[in-house]
Amino acid sequence: MKMEPGKASLVNTHKILMKGLETIMNPRKFALLFATLTMMLILYACGGGEQKTGETGEQKAPETTGPVTQIDPATAATVTGKISYEGEKPKPIQIRMDAEAACAALHKEPVYAQQVVVNGNNALQYVFVYVKEGLGDKNFEISKEPVVLDQKGCMYHPHVFGVQAGQPLKVLNSDPTTHNIHPVPANNREWNKSMSPGVTPLEQTFPREEIMIPVKCNVHPWMKSYIGVVKHPFFAVSKEDGTFEIKGLPPGEYTIEAWHEKLGTSTQKVTVGPKETKSVDFTFKAAAVIS
Amino acid sequence: MFKQRELNSSERGATWLHRFALVATFSTFVLIIAGALVTGNEAGLAVPDWPLSYGSLMPPMVGGIRYEHGHRMVATFVGFLTMILAFWLWRGESRRSVRMLGFLALGVVIIQGILGGITVLFFLPTIISVSHACLAQAFFCLMVSLTLLTSPDWRQGVPKIEDRNNFSFRRLCVLTTGSIYLQLILGAALRHSKSGIVFHLVGAFAVTVLAMLVVTRVFKYYPNVSSLLRAAWVLSILLLAQLFLGTGSYLIRLATRQDVQPGLAMVTITTAHVAVGALVLATSLSLTFQSYRVLSQANRVRRFSTAPQKVAL
Ligand SMILES: [Cu+2]
Repeated sequence: MKMEPGKASLVNTHKILMKGLETIMNPRKFALLFATLTMMLILYACGGGEQKTGETGEQKAPETTGPVTQIDPATAATVTGKISYEGEKPKPIQIRMDAEAACAALHKEPVYAQQVVVNGNNALQYVFVYVKEGLGDKNFEISKEPVVLDQKGCMYHPHVFGVQAGQPLKVLNSDPTTHNIHPVPANNREWNKSMSPGVTPLEQTFPREEIMIPVKCNVHPWMKSYIGVVKHPFFAVSKEDGTFEIKGLPPGEYTIEAWHEKLGTSTQKVTVGPKETKSVDFTFKAAAVIS
Repeated sequence: MFKQRELNSSERGATWLHRFALVATFSTFVLIIAGALVTGNEAGLAVPDWPLSYGSLMPPMVGGIRYEHGHRMVATFVGFLTMILAFWLWRGESRRSVRMLGFLALGVVIIQGILGGITVLFFLPTIISVSHACLAQAFFCLMVSLTLLTSPDWRQGVPKIEDRNNFSFRRLCVLTTGSIYLQLILGAALRHSKSGIVFHLVGAFAVTVLAMLVVTRVFKYYPNVSSLLRAAWVLSILLLAQLFLGTGSYLIRLATRQDVQPGLAMVTITTAHVAVGALVLATSLSLTFQSYRVLSQANRVRRFSTAPQKVAL
């Protein structure tokens, strides 16, 4: 009896499968297979671990090398501006904390998500504004003063903020409940720490520039924050009235970028002379709300 | 007909072993649901440490910790059950292959636990999360197999029916079960990477076609074989439900993509999709086992038979 090729190959596959099963059923071979797999897993875990600890960023000196440029108050310029939102205001999204008694108890008023916050006068809040280009290879002093991120009312305060590469970030838990804090960087070391109520504040640094690092709490999945890590100190976040101010800039020509978590980014060029203050306004359009 | 008679002690032990395997299998199903809830609620990293949780065996059960630690507790329980089951089989099972299957299950559940730990310690790398999801289904298959193989029914042995089809029903069943498993891998990949929906859709189509072939073959050729008929019915109903749940999962994900937190409807539908997926796989697997039990192939020497007593043809 001759088999057609399709059938023959199926029979072969079947044979191979059966052979495989028999192999697995053989206790000695199975033990070997099992040991190999376990070893591979352990090796993978350890190898990965070493690699991770190798790039520990906490104590590592930041990228800055070479002489530090001092800001001269006699010539320092300022860039200010307002971020506006154009188009139909998005409906605020209420955060449901009802399942978390400890969180719900901390709020009398409803809490809304901070992803697109448009206040009066179309002011767009929580936009990270920073000098993207124009500072060349200049290095600036890294502030030793920690930037504080607080977990309060099961929300992050602030929602968006900047920190210099290498500047300490201090994380507090002011809540009577447990959080985990988990930044998801692409360019820095990832970490995830648990923070029980009353825990000693956590101090971390991000040694490399990164726009932006999302921060998540997996205990309370609505908790979200964004950190802008910049080499220099020239950054700001738009306030309730949509305004921002970047002070102490050396005179020069700069590219200013504005970043919003849902609305994307936008850049503008600006030239400032000594002691000059220039205004750079940004407008984000509603149509961009796609994710 | 099966006649009621006094069971001897070893038969009684075997019955209890089977019941125990059934409990372990059901617990595994619960474990799959618990795991799906972790993913759905984005709680995989709510407990940053492993194997301990917040440095203890019992962290505060709030928010995402409830899902993650709950999953760990159910997993530990299933691990213990598997350990007992493997030991019990080792002591009390006469078929070597079944004993080995017990050890295989134990090995898999240990690797699965370690994989779960790696996902946590390395912040959910997609490849590990997907492997964890796939190994879960493989482990569930092992438990279902053990339950079937230890059942008193299975031990009875039945007269074989000859399968004269060119492409044997047995192989069709193996192919279908394999495709369903592959489809679950594609589903896990979609769930954890948020991409590759096309592959999962093609998989859904392939699985539906294969399952329909299986079901129609049963209805046409073996309508009197109750074990096959029952499984075929269950398979068709589950598959239909699964197609609805899959569509539902897609639609609700689309509708809630701007949400700031996972909603109950989304979590419920996607979890049900994972759970029913496991049931579809288990049903197809038992159908495959049944096909090997009750059917024989024409002109072929059987090389693989799990039935303890072979009935002469
Ligand atoms: Cu939290």
